Amino acid sequence: MANKVIVETTINGDPVELLCEPRQSLLEVLRDVLELTGSKEGCLTGDCGACTVVIDGRPVCSCLMLGVEAAGKQISTVEGLASGTALHVLQQKFLEHASLQCGICTPGFLMSAKALLDHNPNPTEAEIRYALAGNLCRCTGYDKIVRAVTDAAATMAGRSRPAHGAVPAETASGMTGEMLAKGEVK
Amino acid sequence: MAASTTNGFRVIGTRPIRHDGVDKVTGRAKYGADYAFPGMLHGKVLRSPHPHANIKSIKVDKALALPGVKAIVTSADLPQMPDKMEAAGEQAINLNHLSANILARGKALYDGHAIAAVAATSPHIADEALRLIEVEYEPLPPVMTVEDALKPGAPILLPSLRNKEEGPDKETNVAAHLQFKRGDVAEGFKQADYVIEREFKTAMVHQGYIEPHNAIGIYNADGHATIYCSTQGSFVVRALSAAVLGLSEGKIKVVPAEIGGGFGGKTTVYLEPLSVLLSQKTGHPVKMTMTRAEVLRATGPTSGSTIRCKMGATRDGKIVAAQCWLAYEAGGFPGSPVGAGAMTILAPYNIPNILVDAYDVVVNRPKTAAYRAPGASNAAMASETVLDEIAEKCGLDPLDIRILNGSHDGTPQTVGPPFKRIGFIETLEAIKNGEHYKSKLTGANRGRGVASGFWFNVGLQSSATVNIHTDGTVSVVIGSVDIGGTRAAQAMIAAEVLGVDINDVRPTIADTDSIGHTDVTGGSRTCFATGWAVYEAAQDCIRQLKERAAKLWEKKPEEVVFQNGVFSPTQANGVKPMSLKEMAPRLARTGGPIVGRATVNARGVGPAFATVCVDVEVDPDTGKTQILRATIAQDVGKAIHPSYVEGQMQGGMAQGIGWALNEEYFYDDRGILRNTGLLDYRMPTCLDLPALETLIVEVPTPGHPLGVRGVGEVSIVPPPAAVANAIYHAVGVRMTELPMSPPRLLKAILKKRAAGETQAAAAD
Repeated sequence: MANKVIVETTINGDPVELLCEPRQSLLEVLRDVLELTGSKEGCLTGDCGACTVVIDGRPVCSCLMLGVEAAGKQISTVEGLASGTALHVLQQKFLEHASLQCGICTPGFLMSAKALLDHNPNPTEAEIRYALAGNLCRCTGYDKIVRAVTDAAATMAGRSRPAHGAVPAETASGMTGEMLAKGEVK
Repeated sequence: MAASTTNGFRVIGTRPIRHDGVDKVTGRAKYGADYAFPGMLHGKVLRSPHPHANIKSIKVDKALALPGVKAIVTSADLPQMPDKMEAAGEQAINLNHLSANILARGKALYDGHAIAAVAATSPHIADEALRLIEVEYEPLPPVMTVEDALKPGAPILLPSLRNKEEGPDKETNVAAHLQFKRGDVAEGFKQADYVIEREFKTAMVHQGYIEPHNAIGIYNADGHATIYCSTQGSFVVRALSAAVLGLSEGKIKVVPAEIGGGFGGKTTVYLEPLSVLLSQKTGHPVKMTMTRAEVLRATGPTSGSTIRCKMGATRDGKIVAAQCWLAYEAGGFPGSPVGAGAMTILAPYNIPNILVDAYDVVVNRPKTAAYRAPGASNAAMASETVLDEIAEKCGLDPLDIRILNGSHDGTPQTVGPPFKRIGFIETLEAIKNGEHYKSKLTGANRGRGVASGFWFNVGLQSSATVNIHTDGTVSVVIGSVDIGGTRAAQAMIAAEVLGVDINDVRPTIADTDSIGHTDVTGGSRTCFATGWAVYEAAQDCIRQLKERAAKLWEKKPEEVVFQNGVFSPTQANGVKPMSLKEMAPRLARTGGPIVGRATVNARGVGPAFATVCVDVEVDPDTGKTQILRATIAQDVGKAIHPSYVEGQMQGGMAQGIGWALNEEYFYDDRGILRNTGLLDYRMPTCLDLPALETLIVEVPTPGHPLGVRGVGEVSIVPPPAAVANAIYHAVGVRMTELPMSPPRLLKAILKKRAAGETQAAAAD
């Protein structure tokens, strides 16, 4: 059997010392060693994004990284997104816009969206879609997810947006498929 | 109490935040794979590397000797089941086939077919043990397409398979032939000015839920077992697991975890009985989860198909006859959705003469399972593109030809009985009058396509209880798992009936010991049937509350009325009316707690129709199609929570677009699946789709207390045909094969270009 390794890291702001096998992925360590099961396994090949965590400011598929590589890193998971009982704006907007159906992809989308907004507080719809393209959702067709992230960015920037349900389909999103076809996605 | 919303509803039609929402955005919600138990072992499955092979022997000694390995099971550990249709719980199923799909019995029938299962102290050790199991196979020639399976002398998959037509002595790969007939097609085609006949092929595709299958089996020394799993139907898991294991149903409790998508694919069992069997062998809880490759290779995708469709119309666009031939891949065991394909292919239209033949064909592919309106998208790809050609011949707008021929109330269905109140024409008119269809589409290589679709929807059985608490809050308990916002809709129905605030209602999904039988969350039935049960259970509370009020006021129950959330006596005489909240603390002294309960076997289901309009741009140099704009109009009967109704419409449309453009099972010539990951099984991403526009049409279902119609499935039916029609109008090629992926479309564009050049050369 493989020899276990002690790893010192920071998860959601707290110092963590953990014991894992060298062959265990970070996702496995989060879920099975630390019981942080909010990060989900959808593929183990980095294609679905359900295991996305933010490491040193960048969104990362935790299934593609080994647990031992977490040493010395700052890791944020979905469990650390809310402040106490106050939801993060992204979480609140996902609920208001009904952006989840089954909800299995939601933690990954939230973490990818957080990484985006941390770097780019005022993204265009094209930038949102580009930033979320590594996360698969099979239930929603992404429409309501994109609306939630758009609304969250506006709310965080202090711009007022119409309440949920009052967002007209044709005006809520600036981007159209035509922009995609024209290559206007950066 | 103030009524604030439309159509007289106070709660229904509003968009409250779902009750399970906070758990799901904070990572607290427990899906199947999130459970763990003390002493838990991990199970893994060994799978066949051959698509078709006799299993000569399985040797497990070396694997069992690996430290940490606790048990290994093969089909020899499962009871032999009779090879015939038998009742398993509420459904009839061939238990021999079900059992042999869970662990191959003598023969491997597809790449990935389960051969053996291991339980070990860690998943990694279980994986190592799989490599130490020695299986001797005798490979047989694989049969990968319906054409090959139907050839005389084709290798036979199931030696015992027979069908009525070919008789009891003939070995066959055809599990069933169905036929539907009305009028006389030969006479009908004689009246036609235009006849179009085309042959279509559609690829096998997967539901693509993001959460892989999972199960934890806990077998107790007292002979009772508990299964934690993500499933669309906890009662189905109980019935099928019990049958396969030879246990009585009452010995198994199924606790449905949160479910990470299903779309029909989680309506049967794979790991659930194995986890119990391994737990029985070891005395420990056993957790099993699939990898993505296992999900794609060995769960139940939906059928690839070959479909011929011939339609005849008069010059003015009236369809006079239609003939269809459908053959669907069932996978390694019978049971494709070809019957549904046959019954949906012509359902949207009133056609006097029809003949539909349908064949269920076994091939060396995974046993298909349900996928959102199973069988109907394949069928609509054929009929809805042929109809587009007819519209063009007749010089008619594609919506107008559908309105001209469209099914109304009273139009006979393919199976015979007439439709009751349906809203097909209303969906066509919604698209026709919508901003999208009225907008002008300009630019080279761009085109607009429309198509429609039909789905039956089902009713089936549901149970619900509604508890009134002493503080006036309410809990709703149901057996339908929440796959897309069901809790919110059920709570809204109870809140509406009881006159309480939506936030005073807590919905709970119970395990199989804690609620009455409830069929799957599937068939677009949950809001319709479980919603009906919740409605009746809430009404049961009202009846009991009236009795209590009567007791307090010393009146007869019939002298109490409940209006606008308030109980009051018919003759006021100084008595103060009371709301449910005011009644609740008085229950103890008027007779005890109130539990409302109801069960339904919901009849009078309302069929669903949808019409989709899409704009595309095709890159003629690469064959890549970009969706520019997409709108769906769907008759939903009554939208309880419009956001989640829109979500069903958008989600189905997105899956349909993936089916149209990219998704396919790619088997090599040895019958091995080559795209077993989500990079190569290419589902639409955020960047592949535009905003998805929805037009909710509400034609209430007669008989249902709220007019609800199922909304979950029909949205996936029109998109492949709508995209095909749009591609034609963009670049002038009629695509007859799904997916219309860049290489396929480019080939068709180059063929057309070459034909044009040949013609031009001949003209020179």
